[in-house]
Amino acid sequence: MKKQLYVLQDILGTNQKIAREIKAACEDKGVLVLNLMSSPGAGKTALLEKLAERLKNRYKIAVIEGDIETERDAERIRAKGVPAWQITTGGACHLEAKMIARILPLVEADIDFLFIENVGNLVCPASYELGERIRVVLLSTPEGDDKPKKYPKAFSTADVLVLSKADLLPYLPFDLERAKKEALDLNPRLRIFVLSALTGEGLDDFIDFLVDARSALSPADA
Amino acid sequence: MHELSVIAGLMETVEALAKEHRAKEVTVIRIRVGALSGVVAELLDSAFDMVKKGTIAERAALEIEKVPFKIRCKSCGAESERDDFQFACAGCASTELELVQGTELILERIEMDSGEPEE
Repeated sequence: MKKQLYVLQDILGTNQKIAREIKAACEDKGVLVLNLMSSPGAGKTALLEKLAERLKNRYKIAVIEGDIETERDAERIRAKGVPAWQITTGGACHLEAKMIARILPLVEADIDFLFIENVGNLVCPASYELGERIRVVLLSTPEGDDKPKKYPKAFSTADVLVLSKADLLPYLPFDLERAKKEALDLNPRLRIFVLSALTGEGLDDFIDFLVDARSALSPADA
Repeated sequence: MHELSVIAGLMETVEALAKEHRAKEVTVIRIRVGALSGVVAELLDSAFDMVKKGTIAERAALEIEKVPFKIRCKSCGAESERDDFQFACAGCASTELELVQGTELILERIEMDSGEPEE
């Protein structure tokens, strides 16, 4: 006997459900969760190293690093005196919420910021929520100003765009206004920061934004 | 290329539903894939061919309905399909929009066979 069953269910629903649970649990505790996405080499880890240096004396932060292989990124963060956990996906091109859920019990509950560095890839990570309140996509100047429309999902689902390696702008045919316009065409509500982790240029504005976002989460003890 | 993960998740759902409904076989799996869902329909097909082997859906057809990206303007009310993913009204260029469709990745329905004779 044949039977038709109307399901109408999100295929990634299991991931999104776990992500929502992570988000609720973290925000209840006043933890601001950020998911950093970019192509490999755009400067996610370098930015996190700088954020670790600048934030660690005032706030408790923790970092979850996603990579296909090696512990290298977590070691770089730990060298800054900040706890870091490495997820090696063993080939998978993105992090999923269940991977974060396995690490969370190991992270101290009273942290202020949890940064999740996704696997370097501008395509697949965009489909998987990890429980973040703020999704950050990085585009480094050497990659070119034409990338937002080539990777519409990543740029249209992000809350924040960081144009990184700004110190290289004088040497590159990178049109800052074009990059911003491309990104804003896809996503008019995007907040854009232009910065260099190397020179520190633009970092203050980004840090102010992070601190404000954290305060908005729990005005009582900010 | 995360289509394999997507199909693996889909198959878990399909197998659970088939079990719940005591199906002997799943014959059709119909999904909707939005233009801005982040996955490629052709790659879902290839991934499905790999994953279905040895499952209750081994002989099932994967039907994929591609859903274009569509927005509705909050200013003038016009609906526009934008295959350039430009988040601006095609009529008045306003960026005050709501998304009508195009990001979905949905299991719409499955067809199953219980293996029992028709009533």
